[in-house]
Amino acid sequence: MSQTQSSTGPILTTDGIPLKVSLKKAERINKIRAFLLVSPLLIFILVTFLVPIGDMLARSIDDRQINTVFPKTFEVYKKWDRKGLPSEEVYKTMFFELKNSEGYSVGKASTRMNYSKSGWKSLLKKSKRKFKKIEEGPYKEQMIAIDKKWADPEYWLALGQMVDPTTMGYYLNAVDLKYDSSKNIVQQKENRRIYNKTWIKTFKVSILVTLFCLLLGYPISYLLATLPMKYSNLLMICVLLPFWTSLLVRTVAWMVMLQQKGVLNNLLVMSNLIADENRFQLMYNQTAVVIVMTQILLPFMVLPLYSVMKTISPTYMRAALNLGASPMHAFYKIYMPNSVPGVSAGCLLVFIIAIGYYITPELVGGKDGQMVGNWIAYHLKTTLNWGLCAALGAILLAMMTVLYWAYNKIVGIENIKLG
Amino acid sequence: MSQKDSFVKFEKVDKSYDGEILVVKDLNLDVPKGEFLTMLGPSGSGKTTVLMMLAGFETPTSGEIYLDGNPISSIPPNKRGIGMVFQNYALFPHMTVKENLAFPLEVRKMQKSEIDEKVGNALAMVELQDFGNRMPLQLSGGQQQRVALARSLVFEPRLVLMDEPLGALDKNLREQMQYEIKHIHEKIGITVVYVTHDQSEALTMSNRIAVFNDGKIQQISSPDVLYEKPNSSFVAQFIGENNQLKGKVKSINGENCIVTTESGDDIHALKVNVNNNGDGSLVSLRPERVAINSSENFENNFDAKVKELIYLGDHIRSRVEICGNDQFIVKIPNSYKGANLKEGATVKLSWKASDSRALDLN
Repeated sequence: MSQTQSSTGPILTTDGIPLKVSLKKAERINKIRAFLLVSPLLIFILVTFLVPIGDMLARSIDDRQINTVFPKTFEVYKKWDRKGLPSEEVYKTMFFELKNSEGYSVGKASTRMNYSKSGWKSLLKKSKRKFKKIEEGPYKEQMIAIDKKWADPEYWLALGQMVDPTTMGYYLNAVDLKYDSSKNIVQQKENRRIYNKTWIKTFKVSILVTLFCLLLGYPISYLLATLPMKYSNLLMICVLLPFWTSLLVRTVAWMVMLQQKGVLNNLLVMSNLIADENRFQLMYNQTAVVIVMTQILLPFMVLPLYSVMKTISPTYMRAALNLGASPMHAFYKIYMPNSVPGVSAGCLLVFIIAIGYYITPELVGGKDGQMVGNWIAYHLKTTLNWGLCAALGAILLAMMTVLYWAYNKIVGIENIKLG
Repeated sequence: MSQKDSFVKFEKVDKSYDGEILVVKDLNLDVPKGEFLTMLGPSGSGKTTVLMMLAGFETPTSGEIYLDGNPISSIPPNKRGIGMVFQNYALFPHMTVKENLAFPLEVRKMQKSEIDEKVGNALAMVELQDFGNRMPLQLSGGQQQRVALARSLVFEPRLVLMDEPLGALDKNLREQMQYEIKHIHEKIGITVVYVTHDQSEALTMSNRIAVFNDGKIQQISSPDVLYEKPNSSFVAQFIGENNQLKGKVKSINGENCIVTTESGDDIHALKVNVNNNGDGSLVSLRPERVAINSSENFENNFDAKVKELIYLGDHIRSRVEICGNDQFIVKIPNSYKGANLKEGATVKLSWKASDSRALDLN
């Protein structure tokens, strides 16, 4: 190193190119190669995952459906002062747009209008049929003659929520709120408040499942990590065995186990632990969901725990004992802190899977055990309210992101170890 | 044996893990207070098991271990008050250096001020005052080693065990740490039982060395005696470099004997553990005790053929063929007086009868 650099100038390579430029050039080919290696997966994920998620998020606030069916009506509607009934012009535009529209698009629009004020759907259906007989104006009185609802300002006011192309209505709906006719946020009617209860239930079940998985998984992982290889392998197979069985088979097996005349209750009655008429209600409720999900998700707790515990040298415990700590104290002060990365990884994993779980609550949950995932499926398949599905899903996604962020702040994501 | 002479006492200790093989056989060992005793042996010789029994992590299958006159087999490791330095240091990775050192003091429920003082002293002893707030993984191997040493001493145990503590260090650092440990031992006068398979480490640090093989102590004595006067061919081979000439005892004459090699040469040797004429024997001889082309009067004089010369800087290691053995090593100092050998040349090698020890054949 006889050459000295001038303190200001950039460092040069032997042939006079600035070192940074030269390095970039040399690294470029590696970067391109790396990109080519990941690109198939990247494209796959983009097309099948990120785009649909983006579409879903868009759907949760999208409110253009109705504007495309009744565009002119909304033009004139905007001029209305929202007092009393709208003018004849509004009635007239609505009349022609409804009369000339296709039944299919009216159906979709009326579904959306029904979310704001129930009754719209039947009103439009009935009106479209009867509008054929009306030949000339004025239309306002004739429409009211067909159905009195046309004279109810509540219906017209409800349309006001749909003027904008976007809406928070689905999100409000997902947490038991809604817009009233003057677009203030109010609570749903008492008998229609279902989602907040479901959210709380979902959290409760997820937390319980995570907790039970930890309680059951920690000792078994400890045993796995400390046993000699030949025993631990066998035990590991036992732990992983559920992975090799179909989820449905396992869930149905649990149904056989837990029902009132099932294996577990029969055993308890046979051994005279409970009376025949006092059989436990273990099926079609939250208890069943927690029991079955704990069993199903246990491996997701054991694997990260095991892989972390495997790396904790047994000499740490020996050293702690040698330094005078009692076995309990040594475990608490030395072993547990070192197993935290596994605990947090396992808990996060189990919680994430549990919070969006669908199949188990569906099969064993009954009415009491339904979670958010079940409502999403319900709206997706039965009511076709995809906006609400999207809103529920987006809230789930947001919760996970917040949880992940909090976890990263508290424990640090680099401490996660899955294997 | 007085109380002082047996601070640690193993009495007829056997240890078996599987009920079939004894890894420690009938061990009787006394360690006086303040001694630095090294247990030296190849891996699998049982030395680490002995240490683990002393620390309390293994129980003797039979026999008893006494510490300061009290049997300790039934005392759990956390109540023994014995310090230990582990092979890979076993520093708690989630605690700082200070917290590591404070751990044994905290479990003893000492006052905060007292803990701080002792931790400070311990850090000063190993010259790591500025590293108290580092995490163990932020330290170099040698520093971690010193922290482990300080941690084993900070609660002032009566006895410190060290299980190959320098095994993970590179050569220079290892030698430096050997002296450091030796000086700390001399300064605080604590009893140390040290396990290693590195004979130079054992020779450097110990007051006494117990050479283990096959679950038994082969020889226990001070380093110089062990090197100069090994009493079995295992010890002679294990400690230092050694030439061995195989033969049969021809005659015994008091302290001395004559061993005839297969090539028919008679070697005058010291009778160590051969008893009868006709017994097989390995004659052991240190390379540095062989004179080359010397005019002095030695009992043993043989012609040897130089097979190989290896230049090692301070000396030249030459392999020669003598008495039918072509693995015979002679060290020639690289000095003005050193003999100038050529490969293939024939030289005269001589040594004293008292330097060649007739040992058992094993």
